[in-house]
Amino acid sequence: MDVLLAPFRYEFFRNGALSSMLIGVLCGLLGVYIVLRGMSYIGHGLSHAVFGGAAVSFALQWNFYAGAGLWGFLAALLITQTVRRYRISADAAIGIVTTASFALGVAIVSSKHRFMQDLEASLFGSILGVTVEQLAGVAIVTTLVGMGIFVLYRPLLFTTFDEETAHAYGVRTQRIDTFFSLALASAIIVSMQVIGVTLIAAAIVIPPITARIVTDRFDRMLLISMVVGAFTALLGIYLSYYLDTSSGATIVLTQAAVFVLALLVSAIRGRNRLAAIDYHV
Amino acid sequence: MTVPVVEFENVTCCYGATAVLENINLHLHKGQFAGVLGPSGAGKTTLLKTILGLHAPARGSVRVGGQIVRDRPSGRVGYVPQVEAVDWNFPLNVEQAVLMGRTQRAGVWPWPSRAERALAQAVMERLGIAEFSQRHIRELSGGQQQRVFLARALIAEPELLVLDEPTAGVDLRTQEDILHLLADLNRGGVTVLMTTHDLNAAAAHLPWVICLNRMIMAQGTPEEVFTPETLNATFRGDMLVVRQHGLIFVQERPHGHSYHDINPRPVLSHSAQDGDGTAEEEEPTHGRIVSAV
Repeated sequence: MDVLLAPFRYEFFRNGALSSMLIGVLCGLLGVYIVLRGMSYIGHGLSHAVFGGAAVSFALQWNFYAGAGLWGFLAALLITQTVRRYRISADAAIGIVTTASFALGVAIVSSKHRFMQDLEASLFGSILGVTVEQLAGVAIVTTLVGMGIFVLYRPLLFTTFDEETAHAYGVRTQRIDTFFSLALASAIIVSMQVIGVTLIAAAIVIPPITARIVTDRFDRMLLISMVVGAFTALLGIYLSYYLDTSSGATIVLTQAAVFVLALLVSAIRGRNRLAAIDYHV
Repeated sequence: MTVPVVEFENVTCCYGATAVLENINLHLHKGQFAGVLGPSGAGKTTLLKTILGLHAPARGSVRVGGQIVRDRPSGRVGYVPQVEAVDWNFPLNVEQAVLMGRTQRAGVWPWPSRAERALAQAVMERLGIAEFSQRHIRELSGGQQQRVFLARALIAEPELLVLDEPTAGVDLRTQEDILHLLADLNRGGVTVLMTTHDLNAAAAHLPWVICLNRMIMAQGTPEEVFTPETLNATFRGDMLVVRQHGLIFVQERPHGHSYHDINPRPVLSHSAQDGDGTAEEEEPTHGRIVSAV
């Protein structure tokens, strides 16, 4: 037993495990809405866009959270508004807005080498180097987003299902979109420094899709997605301690393994929801 | 004089540079049951969307209950979109889909109250879908899916009900049921506006029809409007209108040719092609009912 609990003796491990579990819950929660809207790519895209914002705030010596946060929020709004107004498909809009923003970040970094070290953490994350402030940031955002979704649960569900009809029934869909962009941008910023730009996409997409395979009910999908997010984060970081592998990568591999397991179980039980998954991804 | 429920004043709507609706003037009064008829691309859906605040007119104004529609209509409006417009794979059961109609009047809790569930149950029973309440929406037939949308609209207790092709893609029996249900609601005081391209169903069920093809070609009772001239102008076709015993039948004029004129030697069955004598071995089934199970 002592051997199994060994890693928890270290504070850095406890902080890392706790923050990655919270991120698992947060991304698992938001991911359900993203996947069902057919915007799976937005996590990947926005995290890259925010990297551009992070680079600009480092260069101008702004506060990282303020600069990157504002940037991410604007990018998310720009994407949803482009889709809404110009009827460009979501993946194309995400591709354009976020790659341009990422390229800007790269350009700034390459012209000013001294930022490289700080920004490297943003690109690849450092779960075991999580500071108490970063952990607090994750906890605050998770709580606020959770509360927001609790209160807006029904209008958000209607908007995700059918935005036009929701609008006709009096739902303030524009405000719902704004809330969601804000929530997503905040989630990405606090997650970025922990698990890194490159792994956020997995944290946002894999748990909801896994949940979708095992249930046909929205409320259960939300719950399962959050549990899968938290559980895979804990298991992944724990495995990485013993296997001596990168913790972020191990978490994503654990998520992928749980996804495959869910696929197998549903195939054996004959409850094939693969058609639905094919539609959403 | 009372204020019209819906009022279009010189409304022109465009997608890009193309006008899909031109100079529309239209009044709909409380308690009216009206259908918008027209071919595909005539602007029927756009007309409905301007009422719902989903499409802003390029010129002119649309009023609902006397108020100009800016972002959304004021008052209680129920909307039934086209069945194809929705993601049927969305993880949702029938009851949850119906309860969406109460979203704006719900409390802050994510789950529905007991009163709301009872209301949903009553509406689903009225529409004959209560037995499917816990089923996933994908597992329903086209007619049942249409009823789910209708139930969602009814649970919002609308004063104005707007339906986009509520009878498209359902069988004749269901079509009849839906139109009778709408007439029922209408008698209860709900103003109903629906689009359809089924002329015969419209002639038999709708007290007021509006022929639309980018412009309003005619409006009035089916008796007034269903003339070959008006329908030909609206549908750009060649229509035959038969009136008998107070009923109206509309049919595209029979073609001046049969399929034999287009293809003198059509393939009619597998055996007809063989031509090696095997055809006689098969029992011919042409021209009679094969099985009357």
